[in-house]
Amino acid sequence: MTRYDLVVIGAGPAGMAAAIEADKAGLSVLVLDEAPAPGGQIYRAVEATDAARRTILGADYAHGAELAKAFRASGATYRAGASVWNVSPEKVVDYSTGDGSRQVEAGAIIIATGAVERSTPMKGWLLPGVTTAGAMQILLKAHGVVEPDTVFVGSGPLLWLIASQMIAAGAKPKAIVETVPRGRLLAAAKHLPKALKAQNYLAKGFQMMKAVRKAGVPVHRYGEDIVIEGTNHVEAVTFTADGERQRIETRHVALHQGVVPNQQITRLLNCEHRYDTVQRAFAPVLSEDGETTLKGVYVAGDGGGISGARAAALTGRLAAMAAATAAGRSVDGAMVASVRAALGKDRAIRPLLDTLYAPSPEALAPADDVVVCRCEEVTAGDIRAAAKLGAPGPNQVKSYLRAGMGPCQGRVCGLVVAEIMAVTRGESLDAIGYYRIRPPLKPLPLAELAALDEPIAAE
Amino acid sequence: MSDVLVVGGGLVGAATTYGLLREGLSVTMLDEGDIAFRASRGNFGLVWVQSKGDGRPEYAQWTRRSADLWPGLQDALGEETGINTHYEKPGGLHFSLSEEDFEKRCALIHRMHNVHGAAHYGAEILDAKQVRELVPGLGPDVVGGTYCKHDGHASPLYLLRALHTAIEKRGGKIVPNASVSAVAPDGNGFRAETAKGTMRGDKLVLAAGLGNRKLGGGVGLDVPVAPEKGQILVTERARPLLPMPTHVVRQTSEGTFMIGDSHEDVGFNLTSTTPTMSMIAARAVKMFPFLKDLRLVRSWAALRVMAPDGYPIYEESAAHPGAFTVNCHSGVTLAAAHALGLAPMIAKGQIGDELSVFTAGRFDANAH
Amino acid sequence: MPTRIDASGERIAFTFDGQRVEARSGDTVAAALIAAGIDATRRSALSGMARGPYCMMGICFDCLVAIDGVPNRQACMVEAREGLVVTTQDGAMEALS
Repeated sequence: MTRYDLVVIGAGPAGMAAAIEADKAGLSVLVLDEAPAPGGQIYRAVEATDAARRTILGADYAHGAELAKAFRASGATYRAGASVWNVSPEKVVDYSTGDGSRQVEAGAIIIATGAVERSTPMKGWLLPGVTTAGAMQILLKAHGVVEPDTVFVGSGPLLWLIASQMIAAGAKPKAIVETVPRGRLLAAAKHLPKALKAQNYLAKGFQMMKAVRKAGVPVHRYGEDIVIEGTNHVEAVTFTADGERQRIETRHVALHQGVVPNQQITRLLNCEHRYDTVQRAFAPVLSEDGETTLKGVYVAGDGGGISGARAAALTGRLAAMAAATAAGRSVDGAMVASVRAALGKDRAIRPLLDTLYAPSPEALAPADDVVVCRCEEVTAGDIRAAAKLGAPGPNQVKSYLRAGMGPCQGRVCGLVVAEIMAVTRGESLDAIGYYRIRPPLKPLPLAELAALDEPIAAE
Repeated sequence: MSDVLVVGGGLVGAATTYGLLREGLSVTMLDEGDIAFRASRGNFGLVWVQSKGDGRPEYAQWTRRSADLWPGLQDALGEETGINTHYEKPGGLHFSLSEEDFEKRCALIHRMHNVHGAAHYGAEILDAKQVRELVPGLGPDVVGGTYCKHDGHASPLYLLRALHTAIEKRGGKIVPNASVSAVAPDGNGFRAETAKGTMRGDKLVLAAGLGNRKLGGGVGLDVPVAPEKGQILVTERARPLLPMPTHVVRQTSEGTFMIGDSHEDVGFNLTSTTPTMSMIAARAVKMFPFLKDLRLVRSWAALRVMAPDGYPIYEESAAHPGAFTVNCHSGVTLAAAHALGLAPMIAKGQIGDELSVFTAGRFDANAH
Repeated sequence: MPTRIDASGERIAFTFDGQRVEARSGDTVAAALIAAGIDATRRSALSGMARGPYCMMGICFDCLVAIDGVPNRQACMVEAREGLVVTTQDGAMEALS
């Protein structure tokens, strides 16, 4: 079996930065990424976009091109289209390239698989024509496809960013229904002094909101009791805002309630996780340099807690330097200190954002008749009944109801199931826990798995 | 204080609890937290009679009794809870991939017929052509097989939920997150020290799977069970194809194919491992070549609760009458026997003669 | 109706349920379908309800389609190519065709 000093999973900002840094430190590096080109979701297709598209997407996106260029120029081996489906505690990584599976042994692993959008179950969210807001941004970045007259529903900096990008691309949203509850701004205000240390983020945020307002997009604040209507396709969104029930007809709804760490691989490895009560999500327990509770396995980027692309690259560098040090390579201590300092400054904005844009109450507690597990069509009411019957956590609920047993492996429903159970059982999220994740991380043709039974396919 | 304290909320504990409630007793069932070994979650789902109890006719009879009681259990649970356990009894097929294995299978079935009578045992030997008429999609390596009309399958997970729901509806008390650290005699009854405090019952049933080994000593029971790891694969859904379960591949009521299994002596380890998963996949594709095009969606590993000879342990403590141990590795097959056969015995306070061979005394070197 | 903001990419075409779909090289199947105004790609094996792309990043498995006879492919993860035969994933697949 081929061995690398370091295997990096994911080629977004954290993975690319980690690979560059580890290569510089003299480690042999393999980067495995599912996408056809580097960038992750944040810098998706960044090498291919032309100047016009970059103008629409903004300077932060364009910044990714420099990182991708440095990554390509590094000595790291890069496998695009490589989907990791198992990682063993002994650090053997199995991945599929579409034409077969391969195994590789790692001295250390950096998991840089980023974030996923928090799922936002509500009435009608299964209808064709309803996507995440992130999906709309992917369509724009990678394919130059935009959907005018979309109604955006939810909250968070990304919601405003995508709405403003749609305006720049000539696809004005029909409306924004913001679900930030009354009083949140006041609660968030106490974090403003710290946030001023990251003024660039604040300024950018105000610009995005200004752009949306200037374009004349109606913004409905304090939206609640949201229902998406339609039979075989979205037809309208109804909601209550300003004390009034309102209805907006549309063929497309984009949902967003922030992003949360993608836990699949750290859960697969049984790393310790804790629930972050501010970000309202589970994150792996990490050392200062990103090492998990499993020695030699690191997490860099949003997978370790949401901080954004710039911070992701910094944590990637820190993890790579830590892995290099552990492998006996010499690493400049001053460099480590300066990266840590930059990271602290960059993260100054988070308390404000996390408080202001915490998920709306109804996104965490859907009504009984709302489907929560999209794969197996299990409702919030089913989950509450199971919790009342005595299911102590999501794994027993999975056994009872098949929630989380579909092809998405609980990626979409896991967090909501845990939230619902915590409330129903009156326990903390840490006491409730999360789905146990097992291989394959992505569905895998049986023939491909069977082929591994032959003398192991060489990398 | 309940009439009976049952330690363990898996299929064995839940079936026994349900049966005790049917006998009119009050029962408290103590269960662990969300992360536990829980063999029930890993069960393959066969209600399997053929080839069980070769050399131990009492086990063959007990297994058959459970298969005969299963339709009644399915109906009762359905009526009481509205939950379908998806039990079906189309018969089951065990097939062979080599002449050598086929000969062994034939010899086994002949032995079982000699002991139990062919008509009663209900198994048939099928040649290569006959197995293919019975089940589509078998690969060219399959040389023959054996069919038994008493075999069937059910959803272990729906069964567990139905039992838990029925327990609740009958007024039983389920206490989750109540991992038990010790049990002991207490006055005229018994007590269990749990994560939720001390619980008491007039009678005590240990149904904690591998946990019984440690707990048994507290009430004078020797329970020499050990873990045997088994890994299972599950594919994506497909339209109904297999008309009956086979010994290693079955299509569930949801349409997924469950593919078993491994037998590993690796202690308390629940990791799904690539080498074993690929071995299981390779073997399954040889048996049913069409499986190669299906995607594996899930895998899991679970620990079988194995006595040294593989048979159940049913025993009342001689030192502390009223304390029972119930152990087996066939929680689905034997669920009906546990609920409708064993539980009434425990309620009466005496395990019947037909189960007397299943005491742990059989492992005592000085016996016989 | 969705629109394309620029003319990048080479023009290609494939079929979806027999209907011709114009796409650009570099599109995923899901992106090309959405651009063509098609956002229902499968019917649930459970409820039979229509479903379509939701996350566009390989997470949700709601954009499943059959491509050139291979069922349950993630449309958002497969690159569109000239001449592909894409069909609605109608519930569970046939195991033995």
